[in-house]
Amino acid sequence: MVSDEASPIQVILYEGDGSSAVPPDRRFEIFSALLDRGYAVIRAAKGSYRNGDALPATAVEADRMLVLGDFGGDAPVLEDAGGRTAIETRDIGALDGESVLEMVEKFRDDRPMNQPGAWKPWFPVIDYDRCTNCMQCLSFCLFDVYGVDDDNRIQVQNNDNCKTNCPACSRVCPEVAIMFPKYSGGPINGEPVSEQDLEREKMKVDISALLGGDIYSKLRERSETAKSRFSKERSSDKALDERKKCLIKLQGEGMIPADVLENLPSPEEIQRKAEEAAAKAQAALAAAEGGGG
Amino acid sequence: MPEESQSPKILYCRCAYAQVVPGDVKDGVLKSLCDSGVAFETVSDLCEMSARQDPRLKSIAEGGPVKIAACHPRAVKWLFHSAGVPLPEGDAVEILNMREESATGITGKLFNRELSQ
Ligand code: SF4
Ligand code: SF4
Repeated sequence: MVSDEASPIQVILYEGDGSSAVPPDRRFEIFSALLDRGYAVIRAAKGSYRNGDALPATAVEADRMLVLGDFGGDAPVLEDAGGRTAIETRDIGALDGESVLEMVEKFRDDRPMNQPGAWKPWFPVIDYDRCTNCMQCLSFCLFDVYGVDDDNRIQVQNNDNCKTNCPACSRVCPEVAIMFPKYSGGPINGEPVSEQDLEREKMKVDISALLGGDIYSKLRERSETAKSRFSKERSSDKALDERKKCLIKLQGEGMIPADVLENLPSPEEIQRKAEEAAAKAQAALAAAEGGGG
Repeated sequence: MPEESQSPKILYCRCAYAQVVPGDVKDGVLKSLCDSGVAFETVSDLCEMSARQDPRLKSIAEGGPVKIAACHPRAVKWLFHSAGVPLPEGDAVEILNMREESATGITGKLFNRELSQ
């Protein structure tokens, strides 16, 4: 699930004026229990923020905030002076991590929230210091993950369409500009890119073959002849065969999880989507060339 | 809105939605933060927040000097960008890599009040 509605409650462990400090071991227990369940937690210590106000700016961005502290049995009433954030307070006394988690879960009630273990944030992240806007990722992806912005610049548009654990598009990028931070190995996980990586990654997959012709050089020629040759070369069977070959190759390299391959759309659907993606890429490239020279 | 003190803020990412940061390193760093007397901020998973474009990322990116204990700096930098709130260029942000460094190395840098690149 990826949803704006899923923004978790902001929890604050308040240890400033009016509360007693929580012993370090218990503090660690509380933080681990809450973080591992998906909550963001801030420790507000004595004098951490100027003018005695213990609410950091990050917390105020949340629309709901729960302030926990050892208040000696009597949690104070707090209000956001800006009127933006609903603040509630709870006295945690000597509760351990699990009991504090229970208290926070009860407070959350049925408000939706992503849960570690139930969903994995898996989506491509583009390194624009490397990206040359070649559109190969857009042409390759069958699931509409990529699109272009108003300036015809590639962007990740539908990150929740991405297939969990499938980093295949990162392999297609000739500039090694696509990262999946949750991937195990580099440079896909964000490790620095070496010259060796560049050589290894470059054009492992011949994306133009996938689409049944060198669409990019045809595009540059921009003549009617080129256009008609392009459509001829884009024989659908060849395109499909190449795409299949490519997918099998990537699977052989451990790049595409078996369940993603098993759940690929029908050949007709793949063909339709591939054509749509290619047309989108082509239009964006043409617009970018037209606009930028 | 309260004005925060100017020594770099500390942000710790738990990487809770997939265990790509070694458990002993992330526990070690969190333990040291909890043992210290300093104020700090933690998030369950920056990737998850970026996917949702959580508004709190904006106040982290725009909230002045910050040290971020997470993973590969290239990934963290572009995760913020991907959420529409690029981290400031220059020396206001230091990203510490819990995937590569030891807990001791990370905490040494977190508690050093100077920011380095
Ligand atoms: S394939 Fe790589 S270089 Fe080309 S547009 Fe996509 S991210 Fe940018
Ligand atoms: S930013 Fe890095 S450390 Fe944080 S959740 Fe993402 S992969 Fe894990």
